[in-house]
Parts: sequence; structure tokens; C-alpha cells
Amino acid sequence: MSWLGRLLRRNRMEERLDRELRFHLEQHSADLISQGHDPAQARREARLALGGPDQVKEQCRDARGTRWLEDFAQDLRYAFRSLWKNPAFAAVALGTLALGIGATTVMFTVVRNIILAPLPYSKPARLVAVHVRFEKAGDGWPMSYPNFKDVQTASRTLDTVAAWTWAGFTLSDPPLRVDARLVSAGFFPVLGVRLAEGRAFLPEEDKPSAPLVVILSYKLWQERFGGRPEAIGSRMVMDGAGYTIVGVAPAGFQLEGATDVYTPLGHYQDPRMFNRAATFIHVIGRLANGVSLPQAQAELAAIGTRLAEQYPRINSGSLLPVPLNREVVGDVSSTIWLLFGAVAFVLLIACANIASLLLARAVSRENELAMRAALGAGRGRLVRQCLTESALLGIVGGLLGLLIAAVGTPAFLSFWPEQGLPRAGEVHIDWLVLAFALATSLACSLLFGLAPALRASLRRSLHSGARSASAGTRRLHGAFVSAELALTVVLLVCAGILGRTMLRLSSLDPGFRLQGVMAARVAMAPGVDRDPARVRAVWRDMLERSKQVPGVDFAAAVDVVPMRNGINVLSYGLVPNLPPSSQKPALSTATTPDYLRVMGIPLLHGRFFNDQDKPASEPVIVIDSVMAQRAFPGQDPTGRRIWVPALGPGPVTVIGMVGHVRHWGLAGDDAADVRDQLYYPLSQVPDSLMALFARVTSLAVHSSSPSPNLLESVQSALHGDPLLFDATSMDQAAADSLARQRFLLTLFGAFSSLALLLACIGIYGVLSYLTRQRVPEIGVRMALGASSADIRGMILRQSLTMIVAGVALGMAGAIEAARLLQKLVQGVGPTSPSTYMAMLALLAAAALLASFLPARRASRIDPLTALRQE
Amino acid sequence: MDDPKTDLPQGTLDLLILKVVALRPLHGYAIAQRLQQVSRDVVQVPQGSLYPALHRLENRGLLSADWKETETGREAKFYKLTRKGRASLEAETASWKRLAEAVALILRLPEGGAE
Repeated sequence: MSWLGRLLRRNRMEERLDRELRFHLEQHSADLISQGHDPAQARREARLALGGPDQVKEQCRDARGTRWLEDFAQDLRYAFRSLWKNPAFAAVALGTLALGIGATTVMFTVVRNIILAPLPYSKPARLVAVHVRFEKAGDGWPMSYPNFKDVQTASRTLDTVAAWTWAGFTLSDPPLRVDARLVSAGFFPVLGVRLAEGRAFLPEEDKPSAPLVVILSYKLWQERFGGRPEAIGSRMVMDGAGYTIVGVAPAGFQLEGATDVYTPLGHYQDPRMFNRAATFIHVIGRLANGVSLPQAQAELAAIGTRLAEQYPRINSGSLLPVPLNREVVGDVSSTIWLLFGAVAFVLLIACANIASLLLARAVSRENELAMRAALGAGRGRLVRQCLTESALLGIVGGLLGLLIAAVGTPAFLSFWPEQGLPRAGEVHIDWLVLAFALATSLACSLLFGLAPALRASLRRSLHSGARSASAGTRRLHGAFVSAELALTVVLLVCAGILGRTMLRLSSLDPGFRLQGVMAARVAMAPGVDRDPARVRAVWRDMLERSKQVPGVDFAAAVDVVPMRNGINVLSYGLVPNLPPSSQKPALSTATTPDYLRVMGIPLLHGRFFNDQDKPASEPVIVIDSVMAQRAFPGQDPTGRRIWVPALGPGPVTVIGMVGHVRHWGLAGDDAADVRDQLYYPLSQVPDSLMALFARVTSLAVHSSSPSPNLLESVQSALHGDPLLFDATSMDQAAADSLARQRFLLTLFGAFSSLALLLACIGIYGVLSYLTRQRVPEIGVRMALGASSADIRGMILRQSLTMIVAGVALGMAGAIEAARLLQKLVQGVGPTSPSTYMAMLALLAAAALLASFLPARRASRIDPLTALRQE
Repeated sequence: MDDPKTDLPQGTLDLLILKVVALRPLHGYAIAQRLQQVSRDVVQVPQGSLYPALHRLENRGLLSADWKETETGREAKFYKLTRKGRASLEAETASWKRLAEAVALILRLPEGGAE
């Protein structure tokens, strides 16, 4: 019979063993009787010869080889029973553990899928994004199309180089605004992505005069064409032109956010495509075989230098390939790691708590364990039994935790701020996550089970003295509590820092009005953008009609809206013909005269634009206080002249100065690379750029009595031409700009509250237990004249020692954590001592409160009862 | 009951069981009887350790067991040698003989004659 068979047919085995031994005894006694023995005497002798049947059976069972498992089953049953009998303990331990493991598993799921899992492209480790770094504007900028073409031809270290940029189209019947990516022919091949249907773009389609072709996203294919394969080859009208559908991207495919359609970049007719200064092309590439990232970096740096020498009038910046993974996941990974760390702390606190609970139980079960040892239980057997119990706790807690994780992961992802988490669609619980949860639970159970188990094996005498906790136990308990407190200090200080940061940031002046301002992108009817005069007419008409709408006070057309995606950075110089590297970057906004009134931006000097600023009149700009301070420190900038090459070779006159706008968000603006801001009239934008401005311009309106559907009224006043889309309100944009900080604060707040609660439970539990152990001692002290105040003081001193040790340990960690936060989270400044003080005071107060109850109970012990107990 | 009896050296019980069972299948009681008979009651077979040994040998695949009727018509568990058991018996017997000869050689040395 196999090992498993023996295990499963345990009952039959037992019955047969019994029969075999009985047969032996009966045979033996029968023999003895036939030799003339008295029957009773014979049976006795047979029994003696065999030895105690139970011992023999026990040895036979040992021989069966399934013994350890049967012991395990027995231990397990025992553990179940003992937990069942202590529902309060079981509930607290399991609840704590489930929460800890659940939260940790959620974070691990996110870490694994978003940071650790490779991108869903072929050999993703070989993919790079080529960034442009400008000396004055910082890192991570896109490049111009001509530069991309040059990089594509020149690079040998990159196998394939592809480019993409953002765009948008309006579909007709029914009208629908879709997000688009203009991509070069190599885009899908370089990522190694196979299309779900059809084919990728051909190189000849990636050219100006090629026939119009489009690749649909899987989602749009499903929605518009019901996922029918016949869609390939059919036509779809976008912006009034017919495109032939040649392919469908695979389901879930995305690079930096989802999109609806892809069209060839080379077909894009726009002056920017031929302008080396227009940086709007994102470049990705695949490292050639055998080429390392540093080699590619060296080569691209050289190509960048060559481009800069070749075109000295253009600031090309330097070229820097970075791993694509960093590009896709970006700074989100720091937030995720922060949260993972915080969650791990909570889990450790939970473990410390359960460990001290188990330890307390082990001490009170000392007599039972000593009894078992006296009855012959081996040391290993006792340790195994204790560990079985904690493993049971761990496994059940882990299963509950997995349940929490299954529910919590989608909730966490939807709670993530801003445009959602990159790669959120790829997040799922898989075998590795299961393994992680299981391993974590087992590691935890080992962590909190080991101390009580080892203790159980050390004390095996039946001698009394088990009743009062030894100094060693007390120290161990103290260590648990101190560790919990130290971890809690770190979390609390982090939460405190984030809270203060939030307070500071929300009280910052955004530099413009948040209430009642709304903005929406504008999509003009197909073909309008080819005629500059018609574009201007559409704007004029749009502003006129908007102002007629009841509730709208002011309206303006503007290309760049604060705190929203999409920016325009132009370089300027204070003297003509400055080399590009000496020019300074400024965030530039083209707008109409009412913009200041719409946004409530204060005019500090001079004037803003008016209807007299025409294409033919003197080119004018308005600058903000930051740029004025940098360009003309301490002087009135009005009337000064500056040179902005992108606006023309001649000088432009500064006619006014306005307040600074926190364009990069409340948190991000102070640290932003480009803070200078300039405004120029939309009316003076040259006709050659009209097609571009027709696409990027937004409508911004202000209403003193804002209603949520104000823009809908505006839209109906416009009769659907132009079409408004992507509406945002400024207060929403400002709130969104702090979303990451708020998100972190919320979670750290929750984690640290949980930690504080657990630590308090821990202190309370440990002190109650230690006090109970000391009842006889306290009785003696009281009988010898100690007052209840003395006793209270004694217990509180004991807890104070633990608190001080924990806080001292935690402070060191907290200072490190503060440094980390300052590095990783925008807007976090150096931590003031008051934050530490406030958080430590909170912790100390909570901890003392938790110790007060046991102390009071101790002080009310009746010495007579206590002594009688002894 | 008070005859001089020798305790079995450690590990030899298995060998003896295999040898006894090698002739024909036997049940536990018969094995005990047989061991005692052949050793002319010199070897004290500890009946208490007989059964654990039988079960151990069965688990190791050296013995196989069947429930069969005895001559008296009762059901008993009969152990018989497997092929693996026979191989083991031969190997063990050989090594036991070698050991016994070596021990005998040493014991035959004149006392104090060493060196």
C-alpha cells in the first residue's frame, strides 16, 4: 500500500492492526492452554509476552511513515479547538492579520504588475525612449520632426526608431471626438506588437501625399464596427476626410495612455513638421543586437552635438535615451514604493501585536505545556504544536487577506488620482501574487509564532513560578511594544509631513481665479483650418455667441490653459540674435483681450491686449512678474523690447506685466524648470500657424453664477460648430494638481491611524497581561504600604520605558522617511520640528491613554485577595 | 521461564524475520514461534518489537502481506518475502557471515598476544 494509501485508509489500517494483534494473543493463549495452563493465566501470560498492546500499536503506527502528518492533523485540530474556544483572541488576531496581509497583497499586486512586470511588448528591456534635455528647461522633452528623421538615419545603436505625437479627430455620423496618435511607420514594429486585425502602416503610407489610412484601437473597433473583420478596408470619415481602415490594434494596447485611432505621422500637413524648433515628437527605439544602453547614450549624445553644430540657430538640446519602462511608469513608481513601504510597516506592527498576544497566551498555558512535557512530549513536538497554531492563524489570516486583496485591488486602482495609473489595465492577481500572500502569511506566522514556541520548549518543569512573568518575558513584551511604537512613529511623522504639505499647498495662491472658470477644447468643422481668415472668423463668432449665453460674463480663446496637459514653451532673449543656448525659455500663451478678466489674473503694470493689437500693428507681449523679475530686475518692464525668435525676427514690445500663474499645478510650480510666462495676442499669430492654432485653441469662460452645464448652454449657442470637448473647471484642475499629494496623505493617514490603533491595542494588551501576572507582587507591595498612586506610577513608568525606547528608535527612522518624502513627493519641504513634536505628542498621549486603564486596574487591586491568590 | 536467554543484537531481528519467512508465508505468531524454536529458545524474541519490525519491513517493500485462512480456519495476516526482500536477505546474510567470521577470528586470538 502506498504512503498516501496508508494515510487515507487510516481507519482500515487501525482495524487490521487490532485484528492482527488480537489473533496473536488468542493463538498464544490457545497454545498455552493446550500446554495445560489455566485459561485466565494463559491470557495474562500471552499479554505479558507481547507487551502493552497500545505501546505495540503506537510503534507499528510509527513504522507506517505517516506519523508526522497525523501529528500535524492532531495539532491542527487542537489549534482549531483552542482558537474556537477563544473567539475574542481569534477575531482580533485574524482581523489584524487579514488587514495587514490584505493591504500588503494589494500593494504587491500593484508593484508587481506596474513596476516589476515587463511591458507587454516584445523584449521590452531593449526598448528606449529618446528624451531631449535642455540646459534651462530640464529633462524629458520631445524633439522636432526633422531631428527625429536625422536621428532615424544616423543612429546605428538603435535598430528601429519610431515616433509618435498626440492628436485628435472628429468622426462623423454620429459625431464623436476621438483621441489620436500620429505614429511613424515603425511604431508598431519597434514595439514588437502584432495587430489584432489587418496590418501596420507601410513606409510609403508614412509620407505627405500618401492615401489616408487609419488603424483603430480594439475598443473603437468593437464600438463602431461591432468587432467585424470586414471593417478592414472600409472607410471612416475623420475631420471630413475619408480614411481607409488598414488595421486594428490588439486589445489593451497602449503607450502612455489609451487612444482611439492611429494615423501615419508622415502624412501630417503642418508647418511644425518642417520646423526644427517645434518639439512635439516623442521618439522610441529598440537597442540593436549587442548594444548596451551606455553605448546608445554615447552615440545619441554625439548625434545631438552634431545637430547642434549643424543648426546653431536652433536649440536642439542634448539627446538622452532612457529605458522605456521608466518613461511609461514615470514617477508613479515612487508613490507605489512609498505605499508599499507604509503597508509593510502596518503588517510588521500587526505581527508584533499578534506575537505579544500569543506570547501572553503561551505564558498562561505554561502549566499545560509543562504537563505535556512531563508526560513525555518531546521538545520538538511542543515547538511544532505551537508553530502549527500560529501557522493556522497565518494561513487563515492570509486567506482572508487574499479576499480583501481581491476586493481591494480594483478599489485601490480606481482611487488612484489624475489620469489613473499607467498600465492599470494590466493589473491582476496571478500565481505570483498568491504565492506572495501565502509566503507572507507563513513568514508572519513564523515571526509571531517563534518566540512563544521557543519559550514553550525552554520552560518544561512543573515547578511553579510560571505564575509570575519572568524578567525575560517582560523584556520580550517590552521589545514588541517598542518595535510597534517605533514603526508607528515613522508612519505618523510621514502622515504629519504630508498633512502639513497639503495645508501649505492648498493655501497657496494659484495666481488666477478658480471659481466659475471653465475651459474646453475647440474642434472646428473639417477644412476650416486650411483658411486662416475663416479660423479667425470662427473664433470671433465663438466669443460673440458665448458672451450672449446667460451666465457667461467673459469669454476668451486661448491656446494653453493652466494646470492642463499641453504647453507651449518659447525661447526669448533681451538682445537680438542670441545663440539658442543663451536664450531663456518661457511658458507662452496666445490669447484674446478678455483672458485676464476670465481668469482673474491681476494686471500689475501697463495694459493687456485690446482689439487694436492687429496682425499688422506693432507686435506686443505681456509678461508675468517672475519673468519681469528675471529679465528686468527692479525695473518697470513696460515699453522694453525683447526678442522671441518663434514670433518673428524683429523685437516685440512689452506692454504690461501680470501676476504669476501656478501653471504647473499648486505643488509642482515652485520646482518647475520653466517658470517665466509670457502672453501674446492670438490676433498676431501669423497665418502660417493658423492651422495648428485652429486645433489647439480652447474656449475659456467665466461666470459669476456658475452652473455645471454652463458649457452645454454655450455649446448649444454655438449650434455644434465649433464642437467643444475635454471640458474642465479650474477648481477641478487645481484640486487635480494636488491629487497625488492628497492621495498619499489619505492613505498614509489611514495607515498611520491603523498603526496607532494597533500599537495602542498592543500596549494595552501587554500591560494588562503583565499587570495580571504581577497581581501577587502588587498585593505584597500594597500590604507593605504602597499606595494606589505608587502602583499606578509603577505601571505607568513601566509603559513609559517602552514608549521612550520605541519613540527614540522611531525618530531615527522618521528622519530618514522625511528625507525620502522630500525627495519623492512634489511640494514637500524640509520638515519643521513642530511636525515631529505634534506627532510624537499624539503618539505619547495615545500610548499613555492605553496604559492608563491597566495601571488603574492595578492600583485597585485588593491586597487581601491578591495575597490569598498566592 | 528462568532459562538463560540472550538479547538479540541490534538490527538482527529484521534479518531473522526475513530468513524465517523465506521458506513459506507465515503469520506473526508463527514467526515468533518459529524464531524461538529454531534458536532453541536461546534467542529471546521480544514479541513487542516483532510487530513494529514486520510493519517496517512491509513498508520498505521487503515483505508483502495477505489475509488468509490458517489451518484452524481463522483469518490471519500472512507475511511473505518479496523479490526485493530475497535480495536483501542474501545481501544481509553475506555481510552477517563476514562480520561473524571476523568477530570469531578476533576472539580466537590468544589473550594478551596482540602486539
